Amino acid sequence: MGIDRYGTAARGVLAYGEEALLVEFADVAAVMSLRASLRHEPVRGVEEVVPAARTLLLRLAPDADIDRITEQLRSRELAAYEPEIGAVVEIPVTYDGADLTDVAELTGLSTAAIVDAHTDSELSVAFCGFAPGFGYLVGLPESLHVPRRSEPRTKVPAGAVGLAGEFTGVYPRESPGGWQLIGRTDVTLWDADRDPPALLRPGTRVRFRQT
Amino acid sequence: MIEVIAPGPLATVQDLGRPGYAELGVGRSGAADLLSHRLGNRLVGNAEHAATVEVTFGGLRIRVRADLLIAVTGAPAPVFVQSVQYGGNAPLRVPAGVELRLGTPQAGLRSYLAVRGGIACEPVLGSRSTDLLSGLGPAPLRAGDTLAVGEDSDAAPIVDVAPVPGYQDEPVLRIRPGPRRDWFTPEAWAMLLDSPYTVTPDGNRIGVRLSGPPLGRAVQAELPSEPLVLGAIQVPANGQPLVFLADHPVTGGYPVIGVVCRADVGRAAQLRPGQRVRFAASPDAGR
Repeated sequence: MGIDRYGTAARGVLAYGEEALLVEFADVAAVMSLRASLRHEPVRGVEEVVPAARTLLLRLAPDADIDRITEQLRSRELAAYEPEIGAVVEIPVTYDGADLTDVAELTGLSTAAIVDAHTDSELSVAFCGFAPGFGYLVGLPESLHVPRRSEPRTKVPAGAVGLAGEFTGVYPRESPGGWQLIGRTDVTLWDADRDPPALLRPGTRVRFRQT
Repeated sequence: MIEVIAPGPLATVQDLGRPGYAELGVGRSGAADLLSHRLGNRLVGNAEHAATVEVTFGGLRIRVRADLLIAVTGAPAPVFVQSVQYGGNAPLRVPAGVELRLGTPQAGLRSYLAVRGGIACEPVLGSRSTDLLSGLGPAPLRAGDTLAVGEDSDAAPIVDVAPVPGYQDEPVLRIRPGPRRDWFTPEAWAMLLDSPYTVTPDGNRIGVRLSGPPLGRAVQAELPSEPLVLGAIQVPANGQPLVFLADHPVTGGYPVIGVVCRADVGRAAQLRPGQRVRFAASPDAGR
């Protein structure tokens, strides 16, 4: 695709208090593209970049020139997101989640076809949030896009593998949660004593494998 | 060494937090009232990153096992050494073996106990702060805990007493527009600036919940989760604003109408349940 993949007109740069800007896009791929672009060519005065689903937060230095940075963000041309080069994190999963039959009903797929689609997907971490080490993975086929559960669970076990909207992910620890659970893994997603503590960070490529 | 006899309603170890991990889903945390934390460290001659004890609504009782230089800052709680009462915002020598107690503050919510050398628990990701949302850092203090004292001190302290502004009954917090101000009706911003809001009892280090005239939405769409900043004023579906403090989540799914200016976030952290607060547009924020 051409260099103008994410039209600069389709982008909003919003003021966020004294020391931050929020850049808004129509989809998560554009967020990932700007994050990658800012890593390769940083903007002076930007101290931290935090991606989310449709937006990217830029935390600015106290003396940053907000007008200049806003203009640079508005006009920066973005190429289509290219997955990062590097190792793919493989996550072994036992596909016996409590919502597997609900997901089969929602998608019209057999449980075997759900497992195939999930393990065939080349995924990347778009952003992290919710809990330390929780990565929102994108790259699922649309056939696996399912809504969250109407009633969130008060307790989802650590290692549970879930689906929600365009995302899939693994709960790093026991917590409440509303994602549709399709399996579980023994992999440790977060360990504060490990360096780096998070197995997944924005840009990490991931592949699930059936155990 | 310090022995905790009673922590009061909530006491946690805090420093400047762990900045720079937001993209891993880890918030900054740190002292809710950073100015008071820093002042405490200055009064005992510590580096500003030294850890202090953040005491919520007084009630902390400790016994010191060695001579200690301390200072209590933030919410003005009476400081009792044995049964003698001292004031805050001044260094105080406490001899080994005695009991030190913080009474209930006359105003404000969070007091900081700084000890020369700093509290020396094990840091997590470079910080000793307790993050009540993510669970990182040491657990809140419990009776029977012992706290080691570190060596995060600089030169001997030279300040005898620090003048600090008093606590207002109805403080005014300066705010600037947030990214979703236009998701609200034009009246909502004016309402936020014109009406006092009352602090509800269910606030914590994550945020201060407020109750008052509901802020109406102009855009009804669901907001995909987006990043939050310290001081962000988020408005959930019930229209009642919430000001995020040190342990705020990294992302949130409700629109942020405004952001409390950095200099005023510490005062937001000192609001007590039942107290009223007002907001004012920061000079260049417009109305």
